[in-house]
Amino acid sequence: MRTWLPVLFSLVLVSIAAAAEPPGRIVSVGGAITEIVNELGLGDRLVAVDSTSQHPPAMRALPQVGYMRALSAEGVAALRPDLVLLSDNAGPPPVIAQIRSLGIPTRMVPDRPTVAGVAEKVRAVGSFLDRQGEAEAMARDIVEGVEAVRAVVADIPDRPRVLFLMGLGRGAPTAAGQNTAADAMIRLAGGVNAMEGYEGYKPASGEAILAAAPDVLLLPSDALEAAGGRDAILAMPQFAGTPAARHGRLVAMDTLYLLGFGPRLPHAAADLARALHPDRADAFPKPPADRS
Amino acid sequence: MTSLPVRGDAAGLRQPGVLALLAALACCAVVASLSIGASALPPGTVVAALTGGDVASRDAAIVLQLRLPRTLLGFGVGAALAVSGAMMQGLFRNPLADPALIGISSGAALAAVAVIVLGVPAAVAGLVGPFALPVAAFAGSLVTILAVQRVARGDGRTDVATLLLAGIAINAIASAGTGYLVFGSDDRQMRDVTFWTMGSLGGAAWPVVLALAPFALGAVLAAGRWAGVLDALLLGEREAALMGFRVEPAKTGIVIVCAAAVGASVAVAGVIGFVGLVVPHLVRLVAGAGHRLLLPASALLGGTLVLFADIVARTAVAPAELPIGLVTALIGGPFFLWLLIRRRRENLS
Repeated sequence: MRTWLPVLFSLVLVSIAAAAEPPGRIVSVGGAITEIVNELGLGDRLVAVDSTSQHPPAMRALPQVGYMRALSAEGVAALRPDLVLLSDNAGPPPVIAQIRSLGIPTRMVPDRPTVAGVAEKVRAVGSFLDRQGEAEAMARDIVEGVEAVRAVVADIPDRPRVLFLMGLGRGAPTAAGQNTAADAMIRLAGGVNAMEGYEGYKPASGEAILAAAPDVLLLPSDALEAAGGRDAILAMPQFAGTPAARHGRLVAMDTLYLLGFGPRLPHAAADLARALHPDRADAFPKPPADRS
Repeated sequence: MTSLPVRGDAAGLRQPGVLALLAALACCAVVASLSIGASALPPGTVVAALTGGDVASRDAAIVLQLRLPRTLLGFGVGAALAVSGAMMQGLFRNPLADPALIGISSGAALAAVAVIVLGVPAAVAGLVGPFALPVAAFAGSLVTILAVQRVARGDGRTDVATLLLAGIAINAIASAGTGYLVFGSDDRQMRDVTFWTMGSLGGAAWPVVLALAPFALGAVLAAGRWAGVLDALLLGEREAALMGFRVEPAKTGIVIVCAAAVGASVAVAGVIGFVGLVVPHLVRLVAGAGHRLLLPASALLGGTLVLFADIVARTAVAPAELPIGLVTALIGGPFFLWLLIRRRRENLS
């Protein structure tokens, strides 16, 4: 019995140590989740990501399991992951059920485009990867960072009307309505969503855009490039008559940075707030150089 | 007189040979489909997993929970679509009938998307329970097949051009309906519509296979009953009736069986185009137009073709996956063009 005790003891220790060690092969599905894993210092454990995981740039070199809503069960299984972190927007559901039925550990990460949602996301990823302490600190930093932006915004009386356009395309541009990540960001940064009366992203007619009278046009940087630059966009007939075009106010930001609701949220909110309130730009904290 | 070999004795002589060849090809497709995938599993592992041997549990699960149901589902969908295509080409007496081309698949897809986005009315829900989706897809394809038939028929025969034009119109109406539903949906539902318009076997699981099996098997078995009347219909409806066939009940039966098979295929795998068109033509090229051979051969070749298309779909961009309809359209589109050019040359010469 006496000889067994140390063995038993060390077995227990080993198993505790093993339990505390995060999985070695992680597949991350969801841009913000991938950013959080990297922030937690576990980026080298990622063996594959989805196509929304574009940051940090090193992620683009990893194998891609496709768009987060169009996963393939065997594709994920082929990577032999010890853990699959899934945004709860990931799908399709039958494929996720298949991944689970293979005995691959999966964890659903809540994915809501709110400040509380980001904190929740960070804590969830932290607990799945056994980095609760770091995650808690990160979540606190994010919330405090956003609060700092909000505090400055609260003192600014004017609220520019902002029109977020997902893409300009060839036909009617797709604009953000209520209950979208873009809507939430506009409000965080002290603006008002110029498009009212509908939910989600919808094509908006030229007349509706003119009637919405946006002070600022906000769009993804790649859409700006695709449409031929600022001047080309501001000259488009559906924008030309808007206050935004008259004052040349067009803001382009990286989509994942702006709408990702990940660890970079406070910086994105500060960047957008600075762009919406140029006269108060100095009041907002500047993000570190490598952040966007 | 129950059968009418169109190419004389040749078809009769070739029958066992062709079927044996196609069966061998189908076996190759099944083996390839089970062996090839995003995970590199050695053949020994696959065989051991299938025979209950000693294999790592995850490898066994990949073979038994992912690949085997997917292979069976793909084969069943391919067989159902191809045998339906062959029957419809005989029934409409024109070689361009295809469940997807003449709008039947998109009619089924529209009904399925409507169930997904709008939900099921409570009164109906109690009646159909968990079968709402396949029932809706069946109803959608039945309505479409009847509409197409009604529009294109006149004077005891079906006009080829009208049939295709009606198909274009119904495809347009159905995609407008699907588009409208998508317009009111969120990103999640929008993304899922790809499944209905481009097809995928990615959702394959045993319950899905079991849901499809009676429709696919039923269509293939029922097709055998109508080989004789379909042969006779090649000569015309009056001729078939004079030959002693009860044409009307056969037509009704064929329409219902095709609608059920296509509807069930769309419900489990979305719209996989061109299989119903291309496969019967390939069979006719080697074995003639006699339905006694055409129908079973189409079922075998249809299953084979879908399995090979699916192998491409799930390995070309692994670990991600392409929609399978993209692959079949890539093969089927050029084939369709070639078919049109060839027919034109024949008509001119």
